[in-house]
Amino acid sequence: MKKRILTLLVVALAGVIAISAQGRRGLRINEVMIVNDSTSVVDDFGRYNAWVELYNSTFGPLEISSVFLTNDPSKPTLYPVPLGDVNTEIPARQHILFWADGQPNKGTFHTNFVFTPGEDNYIAIYDADGKSLIDEITVPGDLKPGQTYARKVDGEGGVNVVDAWEVRDGSDEKYITPSSNNVIKSTNKKVDMFADQDKNGFGMAIMAMCIVFTALLVLALCFNIINKIGARISTKRKEKALADTMPEIVAEGRPDNDSGEAIAAISMALHDHLDAHDRESAVLTINKVRRAYSPWSSKIYSLRELPRR
Amino acid sequence: MSFGDFIMQNLQEFWHLTGFYNATWEHLVMLLVGLFFIWLAIKKNFEPMLLVPIGFGILIGNIPFNTTAGLEVGIYEEGSVLNILYNGVSAGWYPPLIFLGIGAMTDFSALIANPKLMLIGAAAQFGIFGAYMVALLLGFAPDQAGAIAIIGGADGPTAIFLSSKLAPNLMGAIAVSAYSYMALVPVIQPPLMRLFTTKHERVIKMKPARAVSQNEKIIFPIVGMILTCFVVPSGIPLLGMLFFGNLLRECGVTNRLAKTASNALTDIVTILLGMTVGASTQASEFLTWETVRIFLLGFMAFIIASASGVLFVKLFNLFLPKNKKINPLIGNAGVSAVPMSARISNNLGLEYDPSNYLLMHAMGPNVAGVIGSAVAAGVLLGFLA
Repeated sequence: MKKRILTLLVVALAGVIAISAQGRRGLRINEVMIVNDSTSVVDDFGRYNAWVELYNSTFGPLEISSVFLTNDPSKPTLYPVPLGDVNTEIPARQHILFWADGQPNKGTFHTNFVFTPGEDNYIAIYDADGKSLIDEITVPGDLKPGQTYARKVDGEGGVNVVDAWEVRDGSDEKYITPSSNNVIKSTNKKVDMFADQDKNGFGMAIMAMCIVFTALLVLALCFNIINKIGARISTKRKEKALADTMPEIVAEGRPDNDSGEAIAAISMALHDHLDAHDRESAVLTINKVRRAYSPWSSKIYSLRELPRR
Repeated sequence: MSFGDFIMQNLQEFWHLTGFYNATWEHLVMLLVGLFFIWLAIKKNFEPMLLVPIGFGILIGNIPFNTTAGLEVGIYEEGSVLNILYNGVSAGWYPPLIFLGIGAMTDFSALIANPKLMLIGAAAQFGIFGAYMVALLLGFAPDQAGAIAIIGGADGPTAIFLSSKLAPNLMGAIAVSAYSYMALVPVIQPPLMRLFTTKHERVIKMKPARAVSQNEKIIFPIVGMILTCFVVPSGIPLLGMLFFGNLLRECGVTNRLAKTASNALTDIVTILLGMTVGASTQASEFLTWETVRIFLLGFMAFIIASASGVLFVKLFNLFLPKNKKINPLIGNAGVSAVPMSARISNNLGLEYDPSNYLLMHAMGPNVAGVIGSAVAAGVLLGFLA
């Protein structure tokens, strides 16, 4: 009983870990503008406010209501994302924009805090328990108006890893992308690389065949070992069983070439020579089975049988 | 407007909605293709479980109608019934369900008893990558070439799964091509097998496989899944379901689940998969030069795969002791097409020696081919998606 409870607990724990690993931990702060100097986007009231872009780095939709946004490390539950707004579900690998205007009465996406230009600004996301940190970053104080602090690649780089971030000034190379990917992909890089580096496909053929062979070779080797262990165990069991029933045969040992065919041939010859026949008692039993009549089982009501060729 | 005009106007509008008004020669050609598939299945008994649904699906998908009328009946029209059913193909979740059924139906004993046969299944996958090279030569992009080349794996669900990820626009042609060649295994493979083997090789007798214990059969899907998925995680949907189905079958305590997976579930998904794949071959999408090239490439992939399986056995035999030689006639079974290609090996073996039954030996590379093609699909997906 104890074992069962323990097993169930382990399974439940593993399930919880698996679920939490794929859940809100995938939410990332992706791009931040501290001073919106009318070169960026306006909110739904036509105002140029500071904004924070959050990114769902998972491959499934993410519901973010009841997580907390804050700009104060001592107040992790400063702004709870309201419940009951369908727009708080971020589709897979997509973004959502929050306006840091200090006016939460304007709607779900307007926070109750503002940033301080010219100083380092801390931003963090906490899970619904108000304790589990999901992501945080400190935006440097020397960020100029109209510039953003953004992840180099959407959602990548972990929590508070400064190297994964860069300042963007809106130029052609360092473009500002509210509610859009920080890296705009027009083509599939992997496909382009193969098209460029492996024009005749030899590289792919060699790599892929090596992988396919490796996978099946590893499996084959593994089962070779399992086969040998299995054969050894079954031989030992047979010998033990034989020793229990007929110890004299085990003492003499078996010839090396006693293949199944040889044993079958000897048995057939003995059978023929001794004219041995199995005699078994034959008892025929007829059981009467009563089944209640139902029109559902009647052939009259059933469809015709399927045609057979 | 007089009452007569009112009647005439409505009848005229109705006429514009009918198939007769909207029919083009392309529609008629596709309807003939559908009828040909149904004829092949019923009269020639070529893979009827697949070709009847696909053939009828082609008929359904090529009934002409006014696409601008917003009738929501076409397979590519968002929200239509066919479109909802087609989601299993376009999102790629029918193939793993089929693999679950294949796993629940397949006995891996031959492979477990003689693990070196797995390498034949690996060698036959060269058909995929040979075709990939030729597809690149013909000007296909690498992702399209990968999707087309998987036809060489002779595994319909794998081909659909991969093409839905790499080249959704070519999926109809790839799926129909893969299933057509699988149906033509008895026509395509025997001449190749004769061509690449000598009379002496065709009569090689292999030792009967040893009996495999239930413990080994239970360990196989667990270890198999973990090892292959560790090597190719992108193959998890196919390999995971294949081995899961096999565990249901072999563990002995989930017979009900194994029966459902191998019978009812597989049948349901086969019907939906076949019908929607057939319906996805709308004339406007299907009747192109690309389709012709895909069929040619698929044919070539199939030939390379079959030939490389046979040739690999010949090469392998050079390193094996005299009493452990493998009959190269089982090499063709390295393409997955289960169990048709294994039966071809058996029939050809019996043709040259009526006492030489190769079926169980050929089942080894045959099921290894299923694993191999799923691994190859995972590799292509990992590299190109």
